[in-house]
Amino acid sequence: MSFAVNALTRSLNVFHLAGSACNNCDIEILATLTPKYDLERFGLVLVGSIRHADLILLSGIFNKKSAIRVKEVYEQAPKPVVVVAIGGCACSGGMFRDSYNWDQPVNKYIPIDAYLPGCPPKPEAMISAVVKLITKLRGKKL
Amino acid sequence: MLLIQFLIFPGFLFAATIGLVTSWIDRKVTARVQMRVGPPFLQPFYDIIKLMIKETLVPAGTSKWFFLSAPLLGITAVSLASLILWRVLLTPSQTFMGDLIVLIYLFTMPAIATVLGSFASQNPLASLGGSREMKLILAYELPFILVLLVPVIKLQSIRLGDILLGTAAVHSISGVLALLVAILCMQAKLTLVPFDMPEAETELTGGAYIEYSGPPLAMFKLTRAMMLFTLPIFLMTVFWGGIPFAQGWLPLFLGILKYIALVVIMVLVRNTAPRVRIDQAVKFFWGPLTIIAVLAAILAYLGW
Repeated sequence: MSFAVNALTRSLNVFHLAGSACNNCDIEILATLTPKYDLERFGLVLVGSIRHADLILLSGIFNKKSAIRVKEVYEQAPKPVVVVAIGGCACSGGMFRDSYNWDQPVNKYIPIDAYLPGCPPKPEAMISAVVKLITKLRGKKL
Repeated sequence: MLLIQFLIFPGFLFAATIGLVTSWIDRKVTARVQMRVGPPFLQPFYDIIKLMIKETLVPAGTSKWFFLSAPLLGITAVSLASLILWRVLLTPSQTFMGDLIVLIYLFTMPAIATVLGSFASQNPLASLGGSREMKLILAYELPFILVLLVPVIKLQSIRLGDILLGTAAVHSISGVLALLVAILCMQAKLTLVPFDMPEAETELTGGAYIEYSGPPLAMFKLTRAMMLFTLPIFLMTVFWGGIPFAQGWLPLFLGILKYIALVVIMVLVRNTAPRVRIDQAVKFFWGPLTIIAVLAAILAYLGW
């Protein structure tokens, strides 16, 4: 494990990107960041600007209009940056998959490092996803 | 020799290390107030190292030179301030005429660097943060400088070494008033919560620093951490006898305890107060605080 990966995985700044989500996943993301789970123990802090982000949490479906925006926002993030798709909608399109304005899954627009299905996933599931992601980044077996 | 001192011991590296440790104290006390566990001891160091390996993005259409040199200006000024301050603290005879005034100017430079950087980044939210920072500078500098007159009047000297060796100002009524006003001004100088309108995480999403990424952002964060270390030490030197190094272990221990107490007071204020609007802040600094500061200066002149 290199020095850079060590520093990155110990201090991931979270940027929350909601693309027309129904707010359920967003509320669970905020619940994960509350004092009860205290993610600052692992160096995860919520930031407001995409320029400060290391970990992008996607929620909601990305349709023909919002997918262009999510691509733009991803390009504005300083690399290296990791992306987690949160909830059934962000992973596969969910129940909106056959909708008229849904084009293709979000991983056709930007690279996704982890998928977390659920409607919505529990905070414990999100913490588990981030732990697995960090393990993967450090080059260890899951 | 002076360059090594500037880069390593009382200057950049020393102030940055202790400043990051202080910012850990800040985050840990905040976490305990919110009934959390809080980050590990090395967390601020990891944050800075991580930012150093990230990509630096410069927004299109900005003045690259201004955008990238603004954080450098801030960090140089605060390193220089730490150098001057600690040289006097370690050997009070190394003071020079007017170093108090030099320090007042140097402590304003990081805020001016933030203003320059935010306007150079050409983001509407950043310009809003920059204009608020500018108004805040105008607001707090008046009572801050008035209050620094108290020890100057008492000891008839603008040399930091004389003020450090003389009777501490805090042993008189005017000194106590001055220290209280100075603590509030320090809160605004560090843009901690009641006066954090330039950043305003909830409305301006990072405000002045919104377009910064990678090493320049790390420099801004380091500047803030170093200010968090240097400013309380400066106030202690001017009002409260500084950290005595030549008088044995007990005064040294008490001096460090005083410093930690000042930092914890700031953190507790920041965790229990809501953010005020910029007009309320200007009214607060130019109204009640300036009146108290003038009163303290008059009391000091009368010998209280």
